Amino acid sequence: MKQLLILSGKGGTGKTTVAGALIKLSQARAYADCDVDAPNLHLSMAQTGEAERLDYYGMPKAQIDAERCIGCGQCKENCRFDAIISNKGYTIDPFSCEGCGVCEAVCPVDAVSMHPAVAGEQMLYRAASSVFSTAQLKMGSGTSGKLVTEVKKRMLSSLLPETELAIIDGSPGIGCPVIASMSGVSMVLIVAEPSISGVSDMERILHTAEIFHTSTCVCVNKADVNYELTKQIERFCEEKQIPFVGTIPYDPQAVTAINNGKTIVEMDCPSGRAVREIYTETMRLLQVQAGGIEA
Amino acid sequence: MKKSNLTIAVLSGKGGTGKTLVSVNFAAAAESAVYLDCDVEEPNGHFFFKPEITSEETVSAKIPLIDLDQCNGCRKCVDFCKFNALAFIKNKPVLFKDICHSCGGCVLFCPQKAISEEEKVVGKIQSGMSGQVCVHTGCLNTGEASGIPIIKELLKKSAAETTLPVFIDCPPGSACIVMESIKDADYCILVAEPTVFGVHNLKMVCDLVEVFHKPHGVILNKCLETENPAEEFCKEHHVHILDRIPFDSKLGTLNSNAKIAVRENDRYRELFSALLNTVIEEANHEAVADPQR
Repeated sequence: MKQLLILSGKGGTGKTTVAGALIKLSQARAYADCDVDAPNLHLSMAQTGEAERLDYYGMPKAQIDAERCIGCGQCKENCRFDAIISNKGYTIDPFSCEGCGVCEAVCPVDAVSMHPAVAGEQMLYRAASSVFSTAQLKMGSGTSGKLVTEVKKRMLSSLLPETELAIIDGSPGIGCPVIASMSGVSMVLIVAEPSISGVSDMERILHTAEIFHTSTCVCVNKADVNYELTKQIERFCEEKQIPFVGTIPYDPQAVTAINNGKTIVEMDCPSGRAVREIYTETMRLLQVQAGGIEA
Repeated sequence: MKKSNLTIAVLSGKGGTGKTLVSVNFAAAAESAVYLDCDVEEPNGHFFFKPEITSEETVSAKIPLIDLDQCNGCRKCVDFCKFNALAFIKNKPVLFKDICHSCGGCVLFCPQKAISEEEKVVGKIQSGMSGQVCVHTGCLNTGEASGIPIIKELLKKSAAETTLPVFIDCPPGSACIVMESIKDADYCILVAEPTVFGVHNLKMVCDLVEVFHKPHGVILNKCLETENPAEEFCKEHHVHILDRIPFDSKLGTLNSNAKIAVRENDRYRELFSALLNTVIEEANHEAVADPQR
């Protein structure tokens, strides 16, 4: 089975719009939304059945038993995350606590204990012809990389027979959740945007993928917003020998499609037509090139 | 020192809605201001301001350094580490640097005192002036997992500023990294785009700013003639709308070329100056209403 991951570096370039279109066109039997911090794919992929829901436990959180606490301040002194609040005794700021357990271990009177904490929710939708794994991190939570890994695991462990392709919508940025989403994928499709910011962010995500030995290809969305920069991205890819798989024009109808819970290939619109060509080229690359790691 | 200035954080949940557009143009409209780019994974504000860099500092995280001659293989450190950053291989601890959260537990609890700490560079902060705007840019090195140490350093610059307004360009999302960025803000601006994607993420940042009791308002960006789910959401949930910025291809082109609209065009200067005044009035009003803050 091949796994195609959609990334962008910069946010809002159209990852989810492209991912939704590719899922429809390929009739992928497995797909996942790894943007656990701000998931949106479920808004384009209407699901008929109920989700199988699962609480996601991140790291445990410390709690201080006020009756036992002698106010020595050892916990606060040793906490690296500024998670201990001293205000008439000591309490934990659960948003800052990373669950390292140092406070529990240094407390001389065993007043600190660690407790499991729900940091998000995982949803799995099983249909006759596909499985869809997604999740929502609670706001203010950390450990998004761990949840990304769980989302992918859940998809992979629920595969339907004869699943040849899985499509994964990633998150913006280059940090922990992005790195977690890259593990084991056959190829990354980067949706770039022709702006100075977009070009820089594309280069940063390409570099990150290179560090983790992941093969990449690039498309440009909203290409006509800045033709010159679109050309620049194309030339950059040519120089770096990164396959360039096509461009999508800015299309107000894409907004209409999204707001109606549809993908752009379910409407007759310029962006929908353009993404079909990107689809064909990306699938061809996946077949020939994906010398990458097979999951 | 008493602070007389305002710290305004710009966030959005969803990426690409216009956080950088708003924060850069606000800072430029304020003329004398501090701009902090906390979107350390993809910092872009500096492309607009093109500051002359006058200082650069590296930001490091502490990671354990194990003296294997001192280590007696008791594996206390490995057993303690909640992040599984230490493995026990051939009776000795082995560190996986990228997983380490720098909690310092292994150092504290090694009975042999065989573990000290060294600095691992995770990124940098560049500072410089662009006109009257002092620009600080945090930048995470590619391949590094967490930009939080860089954001913490950036926010020290905000805390040290006592007179000029500070504008914080936040990372997308609503996770811990965003929370860190808004902790010291007096007022939060949420930038939303007119899609159901935008609404879903707007709702999350609304929850976030409410948990932290931050006064806030929404700027609806890239508004089209058609319906605007983000606007409907705000009305339904009584979230204050500061303004609507219509979709404008000229503004889009300026922005894609990393030009500061306020410095290029009087019409945009007026638009952002007026909007900034609204925000400052509201933020001051909130500060008076809640003197605790």
